[in-house]
Amino acid sequence: MSAPDFADEVVTRALVRYLEVPGVQGEFALITLDNGHDHTRPSTFGPAGLASLNAALDEIEAHAPKVSAVGVTGKPFIFAVGADISGVSLITQREQALQIARTGHATFARLRDLDVPSFAFVNGAVMGGGLELALHCDYRTLSSSAAAIAFPECFLGLVPGWGGTQLLPNLIGAAAAIRVIIENPLNQNKMLKPKQACELGIFDALLDSADFLAESLRWAAEVMAGRASVQRPGVDRGPAWDEAVAAGRAAVEARLHGAAPAPVRALELIEQAKSVDFATGTAAEDEALADLIMSDQLRAGLYSFDLVNKRAKRPAGAPDKALARRVTKVGIVGAGLMASQLALLFARRLEVPVVLTDVDQARLDKGVGYVHHELDQQLAKGRLSPDQNNRLKALVSGSLTKDAFADADFVIEAVFEELSVKKAVFAELEEYLSAEAVLATNTSSLSITEIAADLKHPERVVGFHFFNPVAVLPLLEIVRGERTDEATLATAFATARTLKKSAVLVKDAPAFVVNRLLTRFLGEVTAAVDEGTPIEVADRALNPLGLPMSPFVLLALVGPAVALHVAETMHKAFPDRYCVSDNLRRLVAAGKPGIYSWDGGSQHIDPEVAALFEHGDRPSTEDEVRLRALSALAEEIGLMLDGGVVAEAADIDLCMLLGAGWGFHLGGITPYLDREGVSEKVIGRRFSAPGVASVPA
Amino acid sequence: MAAPHQRALRDVVFVDGARTPFGKAGKGMYAETRADDMIVAVIRELLRRHPELPPERIDEVAVAAATQIGDQGLTIGRIAGILAGLPKSVPGYAIDRMCAGGMTAVTTVAGSIAFGAYDLAIAGGVEHMGRHPMGEGADPNPRFLADKLVSLDALSMGVTAENLHDRFPQLTRERADRYALRSQEKVAKAYAEGKIQPDLVPVATRSAEQGWGLAVRDEPPRPGTSLADLAGLRTPFRPHGRVTPGNAAGLNDGATACILAAADVAEELGLPVKMRLVGYGFAGVDPAVMGVGPIPATERAFRSTGLSISDIGLFELNEAFAVQVLAFLDHYGIDDDDPRVNPYGGAIALGHPLASSGVRLMTQLARQFAEHPEVRYGLTAMCVGLGQGGAVIWENPHYSEEN
Repeated sequence: MSAPDFADEVVTRALVRYLEVPGVQGEFALITLDNGHDHTRPSTFGPAGLASLNAALDEIEAHAPKVSAVGVTGKPFIFAVGADISGVSLITQREQALQIARTGHATFARLRDLDVPSFAFVNGAVMGGGLELALHCDYRTLSSSAAAIAFPECFLGLVPGWGGTQLLPNLIGAAAAIRVIIENPLNQNKMLKPKQACELGIFDALLDSADFLAESLRWAAEVMAGRASVQRPGVDRGPAWDEAVAAGRAAVEARLHGAAPAPVRALELIEQAKSVDFATGTAAEDEALADLIMSDQLRAGLYSFDLVNKRAKRPAGAPDKALARRVTKVGIVGAGLMASQLALLFARRLEVPVVLTDVDQARLDKGVGYVHHELDQQLAKGRLSPDQNNRLKALVSGSLTKDAFADADFVIEAVFEELSVKKAVFAELEEYLSAEAVLATNTSSLSITEIAADLKHPERVVGFHFFNPVAVLPLLEIVRGERTDEATLATAFATARTLKKSAVLVKDAPAFVVNRLLTRFLGEVTAAVDEGTPIEVADRALNPLGLPMSPFVLLALVGPAVALHVAETMHKAFPDRYCVSDNLRRLVAAGKPGIYSWDGGSQHIDPEVAALFEHGDRPSTEDEVRLRALSALAEEIGLMLDGGVVAEAADIDLCMLLGAGWGFHLGGITPYLDREGVSEKVIGRRFSAPGVASVPA
Repeated sequence: MAAPHQRALRDVVFVDGARTPFGKAGKGMYAETRADDMIVAVIRELLRRHPELPPERIDEVAVAAATQIGDQGLTIGRIAGILAGLPKSVPGYAIDRMCAGGMTAVTTVAGSIAFGAYDLAIAGGVEHMGRHPMGEGADPNPRFLADKLVSLDALSMGVTAENLHDRFPQLTRERADRYALRSQEKVAKAYAEGKIQPDLVPVATRSAEQGWGLAVRDEPPRPGTSLADLAGLRTPFRPHGRVTPGNAAGLNDGATACILAAADVAEELGLPVKMRLVGYGFAGVDPAVMGVGPIPATERAFRSTGLSISDIGLFELNEAFAVQVLAFLDHYGIDDDDPRVNPYGGAIALGHPLASSGVRLMTQLARQFAEHPEVRYGLTAMCVGLGQGGAVIWENPHYSEEN
């Protein structure tokens, strides 16, 4: 069986030229990887791309006279960014996956096996298979402007299995390789900067982008003449190797609890790379790739990647961009911490005047002071120039009266979460604002329609729900009230885009998406504790999902008081599904910041909390708690979709990925519920068809 | 400290020069390579060759281009400095005297150095005639014709060369072809002896269809050309005319640059001195016979330096057209094949990317000075479209009377 052709493959062609290079006897064969598009469509390797590279190497090997060296470089700004993942959905059988793994290996190995020196001149973005290709060459130069240098495979659910797990640790050592192959991908897919990549020893020379290729060829000539010294880091093959692997294992286990197989497989391969020969190591990579390509976790990872990179950029249901109004001044009602964070974000991203209002001068001063302090921190870190700092500071001001909003186009409130308070604030604002100015509310659970109900212009009210910490979490729930008009909505989406947030359109429903699901989920886990399940057991129950934090750590992050407030709101809305835990009430009444205490550096149950809690006599097992929480999620999502809270299950997943930080391997959440059979059991259907975010049946 | 009016004139020296290999415009090797990237490659090469030169000491980057739009626009000297990675404190400007742009960049910054305003400067030129044909975007004033200021002939350089044959009937096509043949032969010989290559900066050349290449030698030369080949060429500017693609420079892409310094500053920094600037002159002539321009320009330079033609031991004359070089040689009674003239050949073989050519003449003269310590003075001269000429006289620092 052979690998399927990728019908829509954008083929990266390997173009060969035979160059005269000063200082080199004979011809230098230079391969340019170019998919015929500009840098916005980086070159990747699908079956046809690999075939082109093979053909190029055939041609070079047959060339007479024999070439003196072979180099590989890329089109402007791009070297190559790895395998063409868009074709993975076409792979339905393990044998096909194995074939692709082997073809990549066989092709790249030809560069390593050449009997003349081989060079990778990495002129730009280099990821995954692109970096593996470079590692197969004898020598590597890197452009000072290369934008993305990474092995993102583990981020998606794969391993760098075209030689990466074998070549990299043997080049730079196991600890550094684990950092590049595992830690960085799991750390929000962090990329290396050119200088870091060279310091790690992945590249032999860092050359200026201005004349990168010409200077790379000059450097190659020097290397071939024995005049350039190539310094490689010494690789510690002693216990340090095993220690690095063990440390990596511990970190991955602590973080994912086995929920995502890719990092574990990558560690196994790196462990092997210490002692096995290259052929054995790459054969193991083939098997790992085949297994992972046929794993639901990878399919969910690719689905997530697509949501975050495509769907998030074209939000479902967003109105025509042309309807958006310009925002030239922003008003923020309130000067508390949330309001101050919003002021900082709006000033930095929109670069327009931002006015905070509050009734208390001291609070105002504190709010403006917070923004100025944060900006000064940025200045100190060199992320802002003194001029930019001056500009941004001057943009943020405070006012005791709301007439300062008169010429604002976008006003957002972050006042107390109480309907009457919010209504009063907006009613007062209407006295000063133009009829078109957008009134946005950062409410996390109140109805937009009700907030707008008694206004002269209810059509200008929109929900604009951020997630804490505002500067970090990329999600923004944009909530359309019953009377919100298209222009208001378009302005909200345009503003979200300028703020560099990913917006999802949500119907005006209690707690919208993320809080509704997290509250339901947390409610079930807490209920299990109330019924008699030990806290540790209940909190451990969700470990197999590999969530960013356990339920009760999440509770501490949200704050018990806020969690209780939302739970009460949700209980009012859906009394049969949302309960309010008495233990949670006790926790809040006692003023405890959470169930755990971190005194002494380790996490343990606060003894005072343990004493406070009352438990029933119906304990559940971990499995029972997990199934209960997942069933509740499936039920709730089913109801949300039936009620049209969002357009599709994909939007729920996007919200959980970006607003709750739930894993790519879960696909947000619905692919996991499908995978585990929970959705069919609870609501009688899958959220998406087999093959969408899973291996096709 | 001296009062401002007690100003001392400073000697100006040519430290070093370099250039890209020249390409054929149109479908040549630089078809997909940007002009600004080409001049940047040369500036960076000069800095690489002279680590003893602190970049922040450069007081000016003067870059010429005849067509200052697109990748030759936006104040090419300034953007070239930024793109080359020079400190932002180093200023730059663009300059234009059509074919003599690079030469004018040199004389202009030299004047500023001599005057005491600058210590060090980079001067050069770039012309990508493939991307920017001569006269692209030009809008000649209708008064040129209405008032008979300039005949239509003046706008086509080939036609002005034919006019020159008319003016000097002794300059036959056969003499022009012979001269052109020798230019090809001298370039081939200089290449074989490795005399051209040291001035060249390898440039990566982009091609979407073929992949990246590397320009390491000039593309225009046609080694092995015969007199018969030349005699068979058409005369595109006039039926049965005399000017052919064989006895004229082609349309080319290329960039050149050099470092100029006050003599005392070169000494302070330990920079080499390849030539000393003696003087220069520019002159205007009837645009319809622009090729005679170098003669009055040279006379102007002689007038200010007190030198005469008999003092000049080496000539680097730009070969826009063979006839125009021959007119100069005839004027001064120099043989067509005088070995002092263009010893490495000239633009007929190497190419003439307009504004960059002036500095190529200087870079080659500098090499010849090193080979000829018996020569004290050399001349670089060229004709300029729309009726001008430029001439710069240099002194050989290797000269000693014993030779």
